[in-house]
Amino acid sequence: MNRLALFLMAVPLAAGQTTVIRNATVLTVTKGTFQGSILIRDGKIVEAGEKVLVPDGARVIDAGGQFVMPGIIDCHSHIAADSINEGAVAVSSMVGIEDVINPDDIDIYRALAGGVTTANILHGSANPIGGKCQVMKMRWGKDAQGLIFEGAMPGIKFALGENVKRSGSPGNGFGASPGLRYPASRMGVEDVIREALTEARAYQKEWRDYQAKLDRHEQAIPPRRDLKLEPLVEVLEGKRYVHAHCYRADEILMLLRVADDFGFKIRTLQHVLEGYKVAKEIAAHGAGASTFSDWWAYKAEAFDAIPYNAAIMVRKGVLVSLNSDSAELMRHLNTEAAKAMKYGGLNETEALSLVTINPAKQLGIENRVGSIEPGKDADLAVFDKHPLSNYAKVEKVFIDGELYFDREKDLEERPGKEARKKALIDKQKAQEKKERKKPEATEDKKNEEPGGVR
Amino acid sequence: MKTCLAMLLTLATLRAAGPETILLRGATVHPVSGPDIADGSVLVRDGKIAEVGARVALPKGARVIELKGLHIYPGMIDSATEIGLSEIGAVREMNDISDIGLFKPQLRAATAVNPASEHIPVTRANGITSVITSPGGGIIAGQSVLMHLNGWTMEDMAVRAPAAMRLEFPQIRTPNRFGASEAPGRASAYAEAKKRYEQQLQELNDFMESARRYRQAKAAAGPDFEADLKLEAMIPVLDGKVPMLIRAEKEKTIKEAIAFADKQKVHMILERGTEAWKVAAALKTHNIPVVLPPTLRLPDEEDDPYDKPFSIPGELSKAGVKFAFASFGPGDEDNPRNLPYEAAAAVGFGLPQAEALKAVTLYAAQIWGVGDELGSIEKGKWADLIVTDGDPLETRTQIKQMFIKGAPVDLDNKHYRLYEKYLAR
Repeated sequence: MNRLALFLMAVPLAAGQTTVIRNATVLTVTKGTFQGSILIRDGKIVEAGEKVLVPDGARVIDAGGQFVMPGIIDCHSHIAADSINEGAVAVSSMVGIEDVINPDDIDIYRALAGGVTTANILHGSANPIGGKCQVMKMRWGKDAQGLIFEGAMPGIKFALGENVKRSGSPGNGFGASPGLRYPASRMGVEDVIREALTEARAYQKEWRDYQAKLDRHEQAIPPRRDLKLEPLVEVLEGKRYVHAHCYRADEILMLLRVADDFGFKIRTLQHVLEGYKVAKEIAAHGAGASTFSDWWAYKAEAFDAIPYNAAIMVRKGVLVSLNSDSAELMRHLNTEAAKAMKYGGLNETEALSLVTINPAKQLGIENRVGSIEPGKDADLAVFDKHPLSNYAKVEKVFIDGELYFDREKDLEERPGKEARKKALIDKQKAQEKKERKKPEATEDKKNEEPGGVR
Repeated sequence: MKTCLAMLLTLATLRAAGPETILLRGATVHPVSGPDIADGSVLVRDGKIAEVGARVALPKGARVIELKGLHIYPGMIDSATEIGLSEIGAVREMNDISDIGLFKPQLRAATAVNPASEHIPVTRANGITSVITSPGGGIIAGQSVLMHLNGWTMEDMAVRAPAAMRLEFPQIRTPNRFGASEAPGRASAYAEAKKRYEQQLQELNDFMESARRYRQAKAAAGPDFEADLKLEAMIPVLDGKVPMLIRAEKEKTIKEAIAFADKQKVHMILERGTEAWKVAAALKTHNIPVVLPPTLRLPDEEDDPYDKPFSIPGELSKAGVKFAFASFGPGDEDNPRNLPYEAAAAVGFGLPQAEALKAVTLYAAQIWGVGDELGSIEKGKWADLIVTDGDPLETRTQIKQMFIKGAPVDLDNKHYRLYEKYLAR
């Protein structure tokens, strides 16, 4: 299957080239909207304005009638990872997405074709403290290392509520534990987090004491490294962002109190479907909120979810983004943003911010991406219509100034791919036919599904 | 002020039984069945559309609603939902979608729909005025209902009960489809699944045969004939009065379903038909309409073009196949309130906007056999209308007013109430 997928890769144009996108409606998100051009050099936006001089030898892309917006950023996704949940333990901070990146996942290309250029890939929500996250760029065709958003702040997943409790309920366990796994209640969820952070604090002290001895030139034995507690010490020290899956207002407040007690900030509350009920408290803590546009009622803790969530939190001063948590939703986050205009009356720029500059800030990468400004990475999505329209489609996507998605090229290449696929299937069928003729064919072989390559 | 308005609207809903005559005036009317009417009017009387046009005389005693700058469209119809049967997807106790057994034609969705479900006001707030709610599970899952999203009881709501008999066509279901081809046991698992499928197909044909003989026996028998509720429920299907809504996804299953419907002489509506585009010619020849799966979904195969789900509606439209969009929610896939966006998603990829709009209004009504009652703004149809500030397929458009069976409908809902409450906190 992956062999077939490889054929779908767009071949990126050479970096270091100078490119001008002109005649476009440019939605900068942070610096207004204008008719004009964007000059790209060495993967960066050099200039964006109504009049931009085209340097000699520059590649010129005419985007007449088209709309350019910053590449979309998804603050919550699970694509391009070979596994998501380590649910056998309640604290799985020793594992991380970085170790299971799958650069062949076709969902990368599909997200790209939806205008997404950056995504935060998270561990699942099976445990109160989950694994480490990985921020990636959708550089389809690059290897695992090549997908990593170099320099992005490290993150870790926390999770609260129903998913976490499930392993404590009979008959619902996921993960490898044969019996029930603590916690089974929201009380237990708080306890697990407090216990882990208390342990981390003790571990941090061991290292500080050790360092102090060294500083005093005393003899000292280093503490044994603890891979589970190390990321949690980073959390306590503000060096690793906590992205916390949560739903209900009470559990949101619980986590904010825990963080306050341990002296760190929750970077983002993820899903946070009842965030609108405690938006003041979220804003006061300084946590960001990354929510769904309008999902509700799929489980008990989502029954008070409302599509006005994003708008209320914005109005109450929370830094809000809209995320997908789904390879499908990820393909149209631009129109998900439009829902925050419908429900709660955000304006166009506020709506577009939910999927560009706001998630960039939440991930600590706003100096690099999230808006069209000189000096930022040339991560751009070109639409044929205004991206807040349901009729818009993505024509081109640039990452670091390289063209990673081009609809025209995708369409051109389809007949060739079809032919290659057919040739592979025919070859496989011929092979199967040959094998069937052999006398040693087993009974099972005879029953095998026709067209087995699929 | 807002509360006052809500109360007034609620009172209006209560009065709905009373036949109020209303003239909607000054809007751009989009009948869907014909050209748009600028500065048009719609006269609503006895729950029905009495007149529509550029000039409609104001009858004595009629209430006038001025709608300058706004648009009137027919209310939208979602052709596959679980509304009323499923309140919270993950809570077992709040789900009545499926029951035990393979052949359950006697089960009626209309029986278990909760008219007080929170999903009803939430869904209609975005312009959806009627939906199909279907039972699921087994082979013959039971009877679907077509209902208005307004009413105290099913009697108020039902447009057609049953609207269809729902059949989940047997198919070969192998566990772990993408498992390594060399994995031990794969071939035998396939053989087992194939055997199960063949057996189910046989049982289905036997069941149809039993129903046919039952109908014959009943026709020949006297008044003391003892009814069999399962087989009795099949009679309207065999008589061609109730269509069979047949769920089939892959090409092979769709072809088998078509052959089945042909042989059994039942009126077929194809549900989902993710590979309907491969069978478009046969669907057209047999005049079989399709309830499409959500457009906003991932391609079915890893190496399908990335936009395959978006381009299929346009392909089917070109091939002359009639179809309607559906959400398959709220438990399963999209939120039913997002129905218009399932239609819109196909427009950038080859489906004309007017066809997309028809596939959530008029075509849906025609597919469900109520083309002369719902789905467009035409004289004599139910006055299921929405008033908008723009194209209802666009997210940014707001639904301003709604009428179901000619009665003004309160657009307030749980979500709006929570919004107001917590915005004011």
